[in-house]
Formats: sequence, C-alpha cells, structure tokens
Amino acid sequence: MPTKTVEQKERVVVRFAGDSGDGMQLTGDRFTNATAVLGNDLATLPDFPAEIRAPAGTLAGVSAFQIHFASQDIVTPGDAPNVLIAMNPAALQTNLRDLEPNGTLIVNEDAFVDRNLEKAGYASNPLEDGSLDGYRVYRVPMTSITVRATEGMGLTKKEAERSKNMFALGLVSWMYSRPTDVTTKWVEKKFNRKPDILRANLAAFRAGYNFGETTELFAHTYEVKPAPALPGTYRNIAGSTALAWGLVAASVRSGLPIFYSSYPITPASELLHELSRHKNFAVRTLQAEDEIAAIGAALGASFAGQLGVTGTSGPGLDLKQETISLAVALELPLIVVDVQRAGPSTGMPTKTEAADLLAALYGRHGESPLPVVAASTPANCFDTALEAARIAVKYRTPVILLSDTFLGNSSEPWRLPDVDGLPEIDPHFATQVNHDDGFMPYLRDENLARPWAVPGTPGLRHRIGGLEKEDVTGNISYEADNHERMTKLRAAKVAKIADDIPLLEVDDETGDAELLVLGWGSTFGAIRGSVRRTRRSGKKVAHAHLTHLNPWPRNIEEVLRRYRRVLIPEMNTGQLSMLIRARFLLDAESYTKVQGQPILAADMDEQITRRLTR
Amino acid sequence: MTTVGNGGRHGPDGGGKPGSGAPLTLTKKDFASDQEVRWCPGCGDYAILSTFRAFVPELGIPPEQMVFVTGIGCSGRFVYYMDTYGVHGIHGRAPAIATGVATARPDLSVWVVTGDGDALSIGGNHLIHALRRNVNVKILMFNNQIYGLTKGQYSPTSEEGKVTKSTPFGSLDHPFNPVALALGAEASFVARTVDVDRQHLTGVLRRAAAHDGAAFVEIYQNCNVFNDGAFLALTGKESKGLNQIRLEDGEPVKFGPDGARCVAVEFDGTLRIADTADTPEELVYVHDSGHANPAPAFALAHLSSGPTEPTALGVFRDVRRPVYGELMDRQIALATEKLGRGDLGKLLHSGDTWVVEDGGVPTGPLPS
Ligand SMILES: Cc1ncc(C[n+]2csc(CCOP(=O)(O)OP(=O)(O)O)c2C)c(N)n1
Ligand code: SF4
Ligand SMILES: [Mg+2]
Repeated sequence: MPTKTVEQKERVVVRFAGDSGDGMQLTGDRFTNATAVLGNDLATLPDFPAEIRAPAGTLAGVSAFQIHFASQDIVTPGDAPNVLIAMNPAALQTNLRDLEPNGTLIVNEDAFVDRNLEKAGYASNPLEDGSLDGYRVYRVPMTSITVRATEGMGLTKKEAERSKNMFALGLVSWMYSRPTDVTTKWVEKKFNRKPDILRANLAAFRAGYNFGETTELFAHTYEVKPAPALPGTYRNIAGSTALAWGLVAASVRSGLPIFYSSYPITPASELLHELSRHKNFAVRTLQAEDEIAAIGAALGASFAGQLGVTGTSGPGLDLKQETISLAVALELPLIVVDVQRAGPSTGMPTKTEAADLLAALYGRHGESPLPVVAASTPANCFDTALEAARIAVKYRTPVILLSDTFLGNSSEPWRLPDVDGLPEIDPHFATQVNHDDGFMPYLRDENLARPWAVPGTPGLRHRIGGLEKEDVTGNISYEADNHERMTKLRAAKVAKIADDIPLLEVDDETGDAELLVLGWGSTFGAIRGSVRRTRRSGKKVAHAHLTHLNPWPRNIEEVLRRYRRVLIPEMNTGQLSMLIRARFLLDAESYTKVQGQPILAADMDEQITRRLTR
Repeated sequence: MTTVGNGGRHGPDGGGKPGSGAPLTLTKKDFASDQEVRWCPGCGDYAILSTFRAFVPELGIPPEQMVFVTGIGCSGRFVYYMDTYGVHGIHGRAPAIATGVATARPDLSVWVVTGDGDALSIGGNHLIHALRRNVNVKILMFNNQIYGLTKGQYSPTSEEGKVTKSTPFGSLDHPFNPVALALGAEASFVARTVDVDRQHLTGVLRRAAAHDGAAFVEIYQNCNVFNDGAFLALTGKESKGLNQIRLEDGEPVKFGPDGARCVAVEFDGTLRIADTADTPEELVYVHDSGHANPAPAFALAHLSSGPTEPTALGVFRDVRRPVYGELMDRQIALATEKLGRGDLGKLLHSGDTWVVEDGGVPTGPLPS
C-alpha cells in the first residue's frame, strides 16, 4: 500500500456539484456534519436548480453545495472553491468558472459520455481536449466502482448507481481526514427500514474512502485542525431552522403560543415545514389559501391572544401589505418574516437578493411606520426572531423580519445559548379597566403601547378596526386634529424603540480606520471576513452592521460621521445607502450586486482596497 | 382545556365550549354598544341588528366570549354596534381573520358579518376556504345585491342587465347563487333568510348558532338607497305568500296560498316547481337538511334564478363534520402525548452537537 503524506491546511473550500438527482445536497450536508463534529469552523451554501425536475444531465438541473471549513473562525461560505467535485459534464460546465486557478477537480469519469457532453453543450470531451490543463484533474470512475462495490446486494443497476454520491462523500472524507463514524451512524439510522439501501450506501461510502487510501492517484491527504472556539456545546445550523427555532423560543419565553400561517413560497416554505414539526410546543400552523389569508389569520390569532406570525418571500410580501397596514392601525403584535429572493415578480425564486428593504419600510399606503429587523448570519436568525417577537409584543406592533435565500439556506456552527438566559417576553395582557370611564383600548403606556385585552376577559370588551380611531377611546373618528395626533403617535411609538435597542457597535481594531463599511443582513460574513483580511494587509477599515433597520440605533449618525468614508454594500441597487444619504446628508458610497448570488468576501476585498490605496 | 406546552405559563388557549358554564341571565342591553347606529334611515341592516340583539341573549354566551369580525361595506359597521369583542378588518378578509381567532381560541363564539361584494367578490377565496375547512365561525352575509358603501355599483349578486353607475348600459355579468356557492365549497351549514322577517331570521340564526363548525347564512337585505325593492317579491305583503318557499325538515315542501304549489322531484332527480294538484304526494320533495348528499340542497338553491320569483328560504344544509379549531387542538394534544411537552433546551441540543472544552482558545465572538 502506498504511503500517503498528510498536509496541513488552514482553510478549504469544497464544492459538490451534480445533477439534481445525484443527491449533492445530502452529500454536502453529511460532509458538513462530519466537519462540524471535528471542530472546524465552517460555513455552507447550497445552490439549488430553479426547476424541481429539470431533465437529467442538463445545465438547468445542476445542483451544488459549497462548504468552507477552517482551523480559524470564518464568516462566509467562501468564495472560489479549492476543490470541485463534478458528477457529470453539466456540473463541470456550470461550476468550473468558479474553481480557483490550479484548483483540484475530481470528476466522475463514467458520466462523461457523448449524450451527457452534448446536453452540457460540450463540443468535445473536456477530459480529453486539454481544456482542463490549468487544474489538477482526478478522473474517477465513480459510477462503475459503486456498481461493483454493491454487487450481490440485490439491487438493480439503477439503484446501485444511485449510491455514487456516497462514493464521492467517502472519497472526499478520506481526502480531508473526516471521521467516518458520523456518516456511518447516520446512514444506519436513516435507512434502518431499508436494509438493501443501507448496505449499498455503506459499501459505496467505504469504497470511496478506500479508493482514496489505496489508489496511487492521490498522493496525500489533508488535515484541517479544529478551530479555536469559545467553550460550549455547538451544533451546525441553517438560517431557516434557526429562525423557526427562534420563534419557538419566543413562544417559550413569552408563554404565548405561536400561530404561524403561511402560503408556500420558495424559500420561506422551510419555515412552515420546520414549525409544523413542533406541535408539541403548542405551535399552531396553518397553510392558508393565499398570503392575504395567511396574514389575516395570524392577525386574528394575535387579537385572540396568541403570537401571530406569517412568513413569505417578496411576491407574498406585496400581497400582505394591506393587512400589515391594518395591523399598524390595530396596534397588535404580529411578525412578518420576509425571506427575500431575487425580484421583481417571480424573478429568480431560488436566488438570493436583499431588495425588499424599502418595501418593508415604506411599501404601504398612508403613514404606516413599523419596526424592521434583519438577520445577519444563519445562527443570528435565532436571535433576530426573538428580538422581533420582543418588539412586537412589548410595543403592540407588526414587525417585519428580513432574511434572505442565502441566509435561510446556508449554515454555520452555533454555540448553543443557555435557555434560561434568553430574554423574557412579558405579554402583559390587560386584565383591568384602565380608566374611570371604562376600558380605553388606545390609552397608551410609557412606551406608547396600547393595552392588549384579549377576548374572554370580562369588562374589557372593545372593538378595533382599520378606520381612524379617536386617541384614547379607540372610537371611530374623522376629526382633523385627531388624525394628525394619531399619525404622530404611531410614528413616535416606533421611533421610541430606538431607546430600547443596543447602540451600533463598530469593529474598528485600532480605532483609526478611515473607511467604515456599514452593512445589513446577510452581507455580514463577507464584510467581516474581508475587513479582517484587508486589515492584515494594512488597510484602515472598520465594520458596523445594522440589525435594526427601523428605528436605527440612536448613535448611528455619530458613528457614521466618525469616518472619513462610508461604504454601504448591498444586494440591491442601493436602498440603505439612499436612506442614509437622505437622512444625514452624508456622502455614503454604495456598492451593489444583484446577480442572485451573495456578495463575496473577494468582492469586498476589491471594494475596500480600491478605496484605501495607501 | 388545552394547555400550552411552553415554560409552564399559559396564553389564552382554549377552554370550554361557547355557552358552557353557569347559566346567565342576559338581556339585549348586554350586547348593545354605546355607539350611535349610522346606516341610512330605512336600511335593512337595522332590522337585522335589532333581531340579532333580541336573539343573542338566549344563547347564554357571555358577551366577552363573543367576537365579531367584519369586512368593509355598510354591513361591516355591524361590529361597532355589538358590545362584544370585535375586529373591523379590511375588505373581503373577515373570514381569514376570523379563521385565526376561531382556530387559536375554540372557546370563543366567532361571528363574521359581511356583504355580497365583501364576501363574494374581493373575499371570495377566503369565504370558500373557511367553509371547506369548517372553521367554527358563523358567517352572516348581508346580500343587498349592490355595493352600498361605495354608492351603488353592481355586485357579484346583481342580476344580469343591472343598470348602475358603473353599468349605465346594463351589467354583462352573470350573478353568483350564494347558497349554491357555499354548498359547492363543502359548507356544513347553509341557510337563507330575509331581513324583515324577524321570526324566520331568528329561527335561522338559532340553527346557525347551534351548528358545530362553519355556518353560512345569506340574508336578503334591502338597500333602500341604491337597490330598493330588490326583494319585494319575498317581502311584500301580498307577494311574499306567493314566492316564499319555506324549508322545514321532514315536511313536504309546499308553498303559495293553501299550499297550491310544491317542489316536485323529477325522474332525473332534479327538483322543479309544480302545482300540488298535479303532483302525486310521493313526488313532493320532503326536506332533509341533514341529507348526506348535498345534491337536493343544491337543487333547492336553483329553484329560482333570483329573489324575484319563488325562492327557497330556510336551512338548506346542516351536517356534522370535524371542526377545524378542535382538530388543531387535538393534533397538538396528540403530538404532545407522542413527543412529550416541548422542551426548548432539548430541541436546541437535538441531532449532532459537539463540545468545545474550556481549553479552547477564545478568538473573540463567533459570527453569531
Ligand atoms: C381593497 C379595497 N378595495 C376597495 C374598497 C372599496 N369598497 C369598500 S366597500 C366596497 C363594496 C362593498 O359592497 P358590499 O360588500 O356588498 O357591502 P355593502 O356596502 O353593500 O353592505 C368597496 C368596493 C376597499 N375598502 N378596499
Ligand atoms: S347604502 Fe344601502 S346598504 Fe348602505 S346603509 Fe344605506 S341603505 Fe343601507
Ligand atoms: Mg352589498
């Protein structure tokens, strides 16, 4: 047996790419878990095809999963992959352009037959024509070895071939010295009712692992040491799961049952799927007939004393706006989650964008202010959901929580919080008459929030509606001064939340940065990663990130004015930067990217370097 | 009583059935709010409100256990006149909002008041889905066959050729038959009545209130400003005796002076209006609102093409089906039994986790 050398690596980016029927998401997911358990820091990003059942072998059917893992803390799923596993020509065609120069390319040689090459638009076989000379290419007959390894297990050839993703997983696990028991255990559990499939998957996985070990094709394995991290218990978590769990946590910490109603839409459906699994937390989930019904039912549940939540993506947000404005008038707690995707209209449903900020802030008729928060990393979705709930309940207001496709799908390790240390949320239901003349539904407290009196409470019967209400009594009023007063009160209530949120923190190591990068949402990882990196090469750059988009932290203007230059990167055409410029008459610069892909740390490197030539 | 599986504290979350508990002596005053009623003088809505207030105490439901949800339209004002809990929502969405209220709180008695435009035009989708789910809401649709609040455009129940402000040459639209629509949406309770017949209206409301699940009640309501007299055939002193086809369970359906006319069963199973004298007794249709098959109710709904000719009134259909909110409560109870009461710590730690011991070198906060 040839002896293999072990090479140390600090960080590696691996991308698995194949046909959507090849099980690449699962392969990536399993590799991620083995990596997480090993203690590497990591970040992942799946890239699904838009069509669910695109014809096999076509470019439209390519599905990919990228993982960045390192022995240091990292903040993004990585930019250019160092390693690309291409299960067929279409996967090579669509992903090769991202592979770093001289990067490692592992291809399933068996799939490079004429029919597949043609579907992928190759005039000649790239494995033969020299076009891959700039890469380290490993040709592995994955399909045929898998079929051989599973021979005699009672599977048809087709069934046997389906395990080739496990072969790829085994091979890459060997290359990067991943533990095998995590995967083995998972396979055993997953297929314990299908013994044939179980055996085939294990055999394919082992065959892949052994292939690396025994063939002379691969000269060495790599090792990525565990990343130093704060002590604690960790798990890997995707943004959509974290967001759903944050809502469950809000229920636990408030005692309010969650009422989640939603109409299926990519990529927000994940929230409905996840929450509907947690009925034992008294979570009520309703798949409504449309987005309008979904938010209507959530608002009704809030009126009835539960925590109404609805989730959607851009097209659904449009439909919900009239009801959101009703919630602004009713002043009831409500959370609207918008997992943003590329628009306008149906746009690119599986691709990311963060262009709903203005719609969230100003997308309704009339003066209709509400708090808006945005999550910044997958794990941060948990905290942001809790924060949205805290604000909604305390201030009796609808809150829009912005996430996006990238955040929802990508994952990172999460140091699990202590449940008892999570913020408590007091629903503070009204139980008593609050005025000499009877119950006044719009008599406000010190936060300008009105009482939440739920049906069934004796003595507090009242009617509320979308018609303008008289201050204090809540009776219908078309009186001129009253409308102006109520308009200002609603705005003041939201503005006052600024006193109740953390100040904007700046990551400015030396305190003498010249350029401040101000971000919001899922650009966090790319900005933070790049700021750290460019600083090491002497750039004087700082980073601040907004969770609260309305109201902004009290010190935002002061922070912005501290820096000579301000750069605002966004996955839209400059929505936050327009607001900052308008509000503060400040010459903030905008960097925008609307390609359906996240802003990368490399993009930020270039933007920062270009502005700080010294 | 359902309990919430979270942290030991309970949100409002279910309870007994509406109307359970100690007997109450309630009067119509207990349900009348202090707001001045502001419909046009002579509007049919007054009659409905007054009948409703007079009827509601007999249910024995404390007013704080009742919730009214209304849409936009003249009918939507109803909510302000009842001293219960209430939400005046947005145009067409009352059934959706009420679905949230009733599903979150099966202990409440939830009523929707809506109009023909509100329920069948902008809100048609929510209406049919609330009915199909059998949400525990009683939906009263005030059908005046016109858009009242917006001052007189034709509605989805206006007759063909209707001349209104928006159709000076007559409307081209074919109208909905609301009872048939509700039946088509799998409603478990469907009825029709008229604003000015206090007794009939009360009887129908009583049946609707007693029904477990969604109830759809179409109330012909005169808009004396924009569509006056639309229901005269059914309400006029002389004409009503000729045109009201009263549905009574277990009774052969006969109407007109001395029961001279009847509803006859055709050989193909459809129904038709006939002279009683010419119809063998066994072919006179005997009403059964609990019939498992909605076909007879559907046929009754189509006896007339509008309220200007003999038209069936009463309870068309009243069958039992599982109630949505109760189903959801049961599912929560079953899940809790199976999985154990939700434990957040356990949830967070479920699946693959790993531990970093104290020796791990802190490198500043992780990205979360
Ligand atoms: C989104 C929206 N579109 C339009 C309107 C205007 N509007 C208010 S009530 C109404 C029609 C009401 O007709 P109907 O439901 O028959 O009620 P009625 O006034 O006859 O009782 C319309 C079109 C509105 N309030 N909201
Ligand atoms: S417009 Fe018609 S329906 Fe509306 S209040 Fe006046 S009479 Fe009644
Ligand atoms: Mg009407």
